[in-house]
Amino acid sequence: MADESSILEQLQSEIGKESPPRSEEVEKGAIRRFVNALGDHNPLYEDEEFARKSRYGGEIAPPLFVITFGRQRRPQPDTRLGRAIINAGNEYEFFQPIRPGDVITHTRKLVDVKERTGRLGRMYIAISETTYVNQRGEKVAIGRGTHITHEGR
Amino acid sequence: MISKGPASEDVNVGDEIPRLVVGPITIQDLVEWCGAEEDYLNIHYDEAAAKAAGLPGCVIQGYFKCGMLGRMLTDWLGERGTLKKIAVSYRGMDFPGDTLTCCGKVTNKYVQKDENYIELEIWTENQRGEKTTPGTAVVTAPSSARR
Repeated sequence: MADESSILEQLQSEIGKESPPRSEEVEKGAIRRFVNALGDHNPLYEDEEFARKSRYGGEIAPPLFVITFGRQRRPQPDTRLGRAIINAGNEYEFFQPIRPGDVITHTRKLVDVKERTGRLGRMYIAISETTYVNQRGEKVAIGRGTHITHEGR
Repeated sequence: MISKGPASEDVNVGDEIPRLVVGPITIQDLVEWCGAEEDYLNIHYDEAAAKAAGLPGCVIQGYFKCGMLGRMLTDWLGERGTLKKIAVSYRGMDFPGDTLTCCGKVTNKYVQKDENYIELEIWTENQRGEKTTPGTAVVTAPSSARR
């Protein structure tokens, strides 16, 4: 395994580089699975008639449906650095509703990496930002995620 | 069904919004969430894998707790209110068998560009009283004249 300073330098060298954009279509079935998993039976998401008469003029997805874009589908803990990476927090800003049939293009970049020494030893805190844009070029959301990797875990 | 949602005039700093009680949460719920978010990290449903990763057992996904806090907010906002921002930190673990109560309290109100903004403190609380998922939210609600 590489020494610790090189891990920090390696991570910091990635700051600001954007991932290749990835586009995903918003499927009705995916929205249904999402709202069922949360027991979120809001008629704006699943009652066409109700949604059409609402200010949205049609069905929408829950704002946090953005969680589903670009997931890694990983079967095992993510150990790219030889340790588990912990999801420490998420933040989302919403600008436009997401609708079934939309094609959402998302791009992710690392915005900051810090090194800290805590109770469990040295750790790295990485903050990434993902921008979500629909097929009309409208920004629908921005997500910011904080991930922590502990040394030796 | 959902309500029309609150009018901004009826919301005051210090108000608690209706709580959402979820649980007891089962492994099946967590597997269903894996399917919904298409992320099958095994520490959420495979006890042996969770223990091998150094955890006391399977843990509830952070995103699941974020999703439930979002549902609490949109349930309250009803047809007319809008969720603008949500931010949560995952500070502690919750486990299958736990019941999570999602809570929110109004901390600020202001008008910007003709829109009525409301800020809230949000959190989950399990049956042991642990607030593992604190956060904040920003929403907008129409004034009663425009409802």
